[in-house]
Amino acid sequence: MRLRDLAHARTGDKGDTSQICVFARGPAQFSQLERTLTTERVASHLATLRPRRIERFVLPNLQAVNFVLHGVLSGGVTRSLALDAHGKTLGAQLLDMEIDDA
Amino acid sequence: MKSIRIGAGAGFAGDRIEPAVELVEQGELDFLCFECLAERTIALAQLARQRDPAAGYDPRLERRMRAVLGPAMARGVRIVSNMGAANPLAAMEAALAVAREQGLTGIRMAAVLGDDVLAGIAGEDCALLDRTGSLSDIKPISANAYLGAFPIAQALAEGAQVIFTGRVCDPALFLGPMIHAFGWAEDDWTRLAGGTAIGHLLECAGQLTGGYFADPGYNDVPDLARLGFPLAEVNEDGTAMLTKIAGTGGRLSLANAREQAMYEILDPSRYLQADVVADFTTLNLAETGPDRIAVSGATGHPRPDTLKVSVGYRDGFIGEGQISYAGPGAAARGQLALDIVAERVAMQRLAVDDIRYDLIGVNAVNATGRAPEPAEVRARVAARCADRATAAEIGAEVEALYLNGPSGGGGVTTTLREVVAVASILVPRGAVVPSIVHGVS
Repeated sequence: MRLRDLAHARTGDKGDTSQICVFARGPAQFSQLERTLTTERVASHLATLRPRRIERFVLPNLQAVNFVLHGVLSGGVTRSLALDAHGKTLGAQLLDMEIDDA
Repeated sequence: MKSIRIGAGAGFAGDRIEPAVELVEQGELDFLCFECLAERTIALAQLARQRDPAAGYDPRLERRMRAVLGPAMARGVRIVSNMGAANPLAAMEAALAVAREQGLTGIRMAAVLGDDVLAGIAGEDCALLDRTGSLSDIKPISANAYLGAFPIAQALAEGAQVIFTGRVCDPALFLGPMIHAFGWAEDDWTRLAGGTAIGHLLECAGQLTGGYFADPGYNDVPDLARLGFPLAEVNEDGTAMLTKIAGTGGRLSLANAREQAMYEILDPSRYLQADVVADFTTLNLAETGPDRIAVSGATGHPRPDTLKVSVGYRDGFIGEGQISYAGPGAAARGQLALDIVAERVAMQRLAVDDIRYDLIGVNAVNATGRAPEPAEVRARVAARCADRATAAEIGAEVEALYLNGPSGGGGVTTTLREVVAVASILVPRGAVVPSIVHGVS
C-alpha cells in the first residue's frame, strides 16, 4: 500500500525550510501514520534532499503529522536555482512511499 | 452573539479578479480582504518606487479596484489589502482616482505606513534568521517589518472604508476588521489567536475551497475553472463558520480546511505573529454541512517582543537555458547535453556563484532518486552570476546545443533575470512605529 491510499498532503515553504504536512484519511489511518511515518523514513524517501535537520509534529486534532525539513530549498525561493523553488511538489512525492499493510 | 462576515478576495498578486466580485455581490459581506504581497514582491516594488516615486504598489490594484469598488461601496463592504506594497500612500491615491473616475465621491480611504524600516536598520548589524551570515554581508535595498492588525483596526475606527497597507502579517488583514468590530483587547490572547487562525485559513483564498488540493480519483474537486473564494462568519468569541457562495466552483471540505490550517506552519504550537503567538494544536475544525466548516479552539500566548523584518537585496543575475529530447535514449542524450555545457562553462572559466544541471522528467523536481526511463526529457542549466553578461552566456551555451549538441535537441528557451533576494531579521517592537494617513475621493 502506498501512503497516498492512507493520506493526503500539503507543502509550504518558509525561507530555506520546506514544510510537508501529511493528513490521515480516517482515524485508523492516523494511528498507522503516527506509528510508521518517522523522520528517518521521510528522509530516506526524499533521498536527494538531505535536510540539515528534520522536525516532526503530531497533531491529533487535525489527524496530521507535520514535517519541517530545514535547509532543503537551495537558500529559499528568492535566490534558488531550482525549477520548483518553493518545493511545492515534495508532498505529492512523499505520498508515493510504500507503507506496510500491518 | 454579534458576528461579521469577511471574504477573501485574493490569495496572491496574480490571483483571479472575478471571485472577489462574486463575494461582494452575493456574500452579504461586511469586509473584503485581499492578500497580494509575497515576501519578495515588496523588494521588487521598492525598486519600482526608486525609479518612479508614484509607483511601488501592486500593478493590478487599479484593475481590482475597478471591478470591486463600486459594488462594494454600494453594499457597505469595507476593503482591506496589502496592495500598498512599497508605497501604500500612492496605492491610496490610485484607488481614490479610480473612485473619482467611477463617480464615487466621498469614499474614505486610508494608508497604513511605518513598515518601511530601511533607514532604521542602516549601519546596524545582526544575524540573518533563516540562513548563515549577518546583515552586514548584504546591501539592503528594502527592509519591511511585519506589522500587526491594530493599525488596520484603528484606520477602520477612524472611518476608513478602504485601507491599503504595506507589509503586515497576512492573517492581520483579516484580524484587523475583527478587532475593530468586536473591540478585542491587545492582550486578549485567546481571541487574537482565534482570529489569527481564521485569517490564516482565509489568506490564500482559493486554497481553502479546492485550489492546490485536487488530485483526481483521490481528492476530487468540482469546477475549478469557476473556483469560489471563501468567506468567514466570525463571532465575537473568536470562533467562525467558513463557507463559500452557493453555486460557485470548488469545495470547502474538512480535509481541505485541515490542509490549509497547516499551510506554511512550522511548529504548530507556536505560530508567531506580530499580535500573538497562536497555538494550533488545540484548533478544532468540524464539517457542519456541505461547504461549511466550523473553526474554534485556537489558543494564544503573549506576542513576541520582536518583529520580523524582510530585507531585500540584489543578489546577481540568474541565466537559464532549456532544451528537449525525446524517443529512445532521451535521458542519455539529455545528460550528454548537460555534460557538454558543464565542460564549456569550465573551459571558458565563466564566473558562476552557483550552477545547477537538471533533467526535467528525471531529477529536476523529483527528490526520490528513482527514475524510470521517460519518453521525453528537458535538459536545464541555471546559474547565478554576479554580472548580467556572464549569466546570459548560460542560455547561449544551451542554445548552441541545437547545432553542436546531441541528436534531436529541440525547443530551446532561455531566460535572464536580476535576482532580488530576501533575508529575514528581527528588530525590537519599539523600533517600528505605524502611522495612518487618510484621504477622501
